[in-house]
Amino acid sequence: MIRIPVVSRQTLLNNSMPQSRSVRPKLLAVSSGGGHWVQLLRIKRAFEDCEVTFVTVHQSYRAQVSDHKFYVVNDANRWTKFALLKSACQLAWIIWNEKPDIVVSTGAAPGYLALRFGRMMGARTIWLDSIANVEQLSMSGDRIGRCADLWLTQWPHLARPDGPHYIGSVL
Amino acid sequence: MIFATVGTQGQFDRLISTVDRWAGVNGRADVFAQTGPSDYQSEHIRTERFIDPTEFRNRVEAASLVISHAGMGSIITALELGKRIIVMPRRASLGEHRNDHQLATAKRFAQQGRIAVAFTEQELVDKLDQLQVFDKTERLSAQASPDLISTIRTFIESGQFRSESRNASL
Repeated sequence: MIRIPVVSRQTLLNNSMPQSRSVRPKLLAVSSGGGHWVQLLRIKRAFEDCEVTFVTVHQSYRAQVSDHKFYVVNDANRWTKFALLKSACQLAWIIWNEKPDIVVSTGAAPGYLALRFGRMMGARTIWLDSIANVEQLSMSGDRIGRCADLWLTQWPHLARPDGPHYIGSVL
Repeated sequence: MIFATVGTQGQFDRLISTVDRWAGVNGRADVFAQTGPSDYQSEHIRTERFIDPTEFRNRVEAASLVISHAGMGSIITALELGKRIIVMPRRASLGEHRNDHQLATAKRFAQQGRIAVAFTEQELVDKLDQLQVFDKTERLSAQASPDLISTIRTFIESGQFRSESRNASL
């Protein structure tokens, strides 16, 4: 796994939006393919008041969010170091350019990277662990707990007092 | 119309070949399968290695039954469209996935009674033979649970995580 130095962590849980804005907050919604993407779409109503940019791994998903800005990054997981590095570079570039106020992800590796970069840039971060993680949190989910301001699981039996929290699921 | 799908991550010929043989035995000419990166030569069903998300959704919509690996994309889409679904989990020991999380997902969902699960090829054949025992699946709403949506929305707006729901969940 690539180690990314955490430059700044003082942005934890501001009471107001980072930088007061009269415009809508910028939200970056990131996921890899398949079930992660389907789950991200199922919570997108929560982003209604935001200017949303989607980041995922397949160009063919664009049509499902045609009203929004859309980026594709390299698909990667923690077993493919080179792909992961490529993905990390693309995400760093996107986050540098977009400067989102909020970064949300449903997993997996690209979402983890996006949260870490987002955090460095002062964004508020949200991680919703995949409903496919039934017996344990995903590894990136477990790591991400330490850099997600809001850390959620979709299974009550996986919730812990210090996070992840269970509020409900995408189903 | 029966739609079989195994996602994009790798071949799952154990499922595809079982469905193919079953279609042959039962003379079903209305089976379409998305096979992933597979070289399996089907004899009785039409196949495509990959289809785009729009076609995927259309195929599920047109199907009376979905047969799939235990991937959340397939399961959620089938439930959203109110389709009966039989899943067969991929197994790491057979090189079908990196780990056995599909097994855990399948077990948990089967307990909830929302989907049918076949843990082996024979169970899949048995479940296909008993198609009529399924009731029609109730359509899932188009969005996640309202609590989850409002919690995320509140957090986006204020950075606050509602403590009352937190307490309720612990």
